[in-house]
Amino acid sequence: MTPAAPRRHRRLGEPTLPVTVILYALVFLGLAVTLLPYLWMLSSSFKPNVEIFSGTAQLIPSQPILDNYVNAVTRQPVGRAILNSIIVAGVETFAVVVTSVFTAYPFARLRFPGREVIFMLILGTMMIPSQVTMIPTFILMKWFGWIDTYQGLIVPRVMAPLGIFLMRQFLLTLPKELEEAARIDGCGRLRTLLYVLVPLTGPAVATLAIFTFTASWNEFFWPLIVVQSNEMWTIQLLIAQLKAAEATDWGMVMAIVSLSVLPTVAIYVMLQRYFVKGIAMSGLKG
Amino acid sequence: MPRFRWWNEETRFAWLSLLPALVFFGTFVGFPFAYSFYLSFHEWNMMAETPTWVGLENYTALIREPEFLRSLAQTAVFTVGITACIVVFSLGTALLLDQKLRWIKLYRTIFYLPAVTSLVAIGIVWVWMFDPQHGLINQALRGVGIDGPLWLADTRIALLSLIITAAWRNVGYFATIFLAGLQGIDNTYYEAARIDGAGAWASFRRITLPLLKPTIVFVVVMSVILSFQVFALVYVMTSGGPAGSTSVLVFYLYQQAFTYFRMGYASAVGYVLFVIIFVLTLLQFKAFGRTVEA
Repeated sequence: MTPAAPRRHRRLGEPTLPVTVILYALVFLGLAVTLLPYLWMLSSSFKPNVEIFSGTAQLIPSQPILDNYVNAVTRQPVGRAILNSIIVAGVETFAVVVTSVFTAYPFARLRFPGREVIFMLILGTMMIPSQVTMIPTFILMKWFGWIDTYQGLIVPRVMAPLGIFLMRQFLLTLPKELEEAARIDGCGRLRTLLYVLVPLTGPAVATLAIFTFTASWNEFFWPLIVVQSNEMWTIQLLIAQLKAAEATDWGMVMAIVSLSVLPTVAIYVMLQRYFVKGIAMSGLKG
Repeated sequence: MPRFRWWNEETRFAWLSLLPALVFFGTFVGFPFAYSFYLSFHEWNMMAETPTWVGLENYTALIREPEFLRSLAQTAVFTVGITACIVVFSLGTALLLDQKLRWIKLYRTIFYLPAVTSLVAIGIVWVWMFDPQHGLINQALRGVGIDGPLWLADTRIALLSLIITAAWRNVGYFATIFLAGLQGIDNTYYEAARIDGAGAWASFRRITLPLLKPTIVFVVVMSVILSFQVFALVYVMTSGGPAGSTSVLVFYLYQQAFTYFRMGYASAVGYVLFVIIFVLTLLQFKAFGRTVEA
């Protein structure tokens, strides 16, 4: 996929002026629909409640204030929730990257009996919706005493079939000669993997890490089940209960939501090329 | 002489490095998958020492339970609605994004933005968008002299409101997949059609649509699978209400398991969900096989 290449106008030849105008009009309509909720969220977060409930929808606050953010940080456990999310998403991302590389390696490089069967089994787990395994996993957490702990949040998420698949696909594209040279020099398999292959996996690791971090930051169902106390809330859990608790204070709610959205949007905007690559790679499974 | 040729150093290393994965998937997928099948034939509230065997009772109870049938039907409505929206708007968006326009990369970036935003955040923002009194939508409608509906508080259109929100979230994501499909179509087809005097519509009907068929099938099945599992939006926006009008399958499952602690019954619901998704996935494979051969 080369989305960056300048493209010819394929369907229409050189478009006439009215066609161009219509195309731009449609694009701007789409952009407006996409962006309005974000603008509405941000603008509400900078408005005093008097203005929010004044009955006139102004996208630009007449006099922007920071009170909502101050209230958010002082009245709600926002700092703790963000810290929890960073810990969970951070550890999970690191773990998924490491386990994906190590698990992908034998599938990409070694010949051994059972290879195809195990690979299909691991990929096959993707066909089981997580809601089906959720109840017994919750029961497991009870047995382990992991309810309401970081282990409970993280451990059931430290491996991902899609990550193993992406890594295997990537390792397959690397030339085998690299490792053979190292092996002839007397390097063991583990050392070859660590010192020859791993340094080359940069782009795939970046893609996988970004995807995992975003997904983990946004995850809701599992934290909802395994977390019980306010101290263990992730940012998504905090937001989810705000609606009920603070239904009247939309300014503060939108301030917290804005804070929660910021990291993933920032990561996406800065590291977009990896997202494009990731979509192309996961498209391979079709 | 090697004792067993297949049990060599390579095999040993492979199985050793796969050991963590086998333990992990066995513990967190294999065991739960089997155990929830076991539970679906039992009654258990997690207080009793052990589950009680009830045979097929959970499954027969499903068929008689109006709440379950209702959430199944509502899930189907949601799924059909969202999938229709996605095919039309995502393909439309992808066609636009495939044009030679100024700052096209910026537009692509913006259209994908909702896909990296959490469903919980989106849910809350749209609750506020839909607010009958002070929300953006009804205020805008009031500006042009229309009295907007109650949206999430109206039993007849709460589900529609959820579909609008889910469509807003997913159109850009699926447009990116459609765009990749469009860019995979060889330009020479279009050039040949143009030389033959085909207009834009004819090119779209005769070239784009047929060649895009595998992508369309992929998008439809992915959308159906995702929609059947919708949960976060419902939990955050309506909690299944008003009057159960937005209760969907996974929300129903969640309530049965973690509000009423009917673990066996909820497991049976989960297995119904699994069978539905499994069949859909098989259909996807079949459809792909066919379109690729055709």
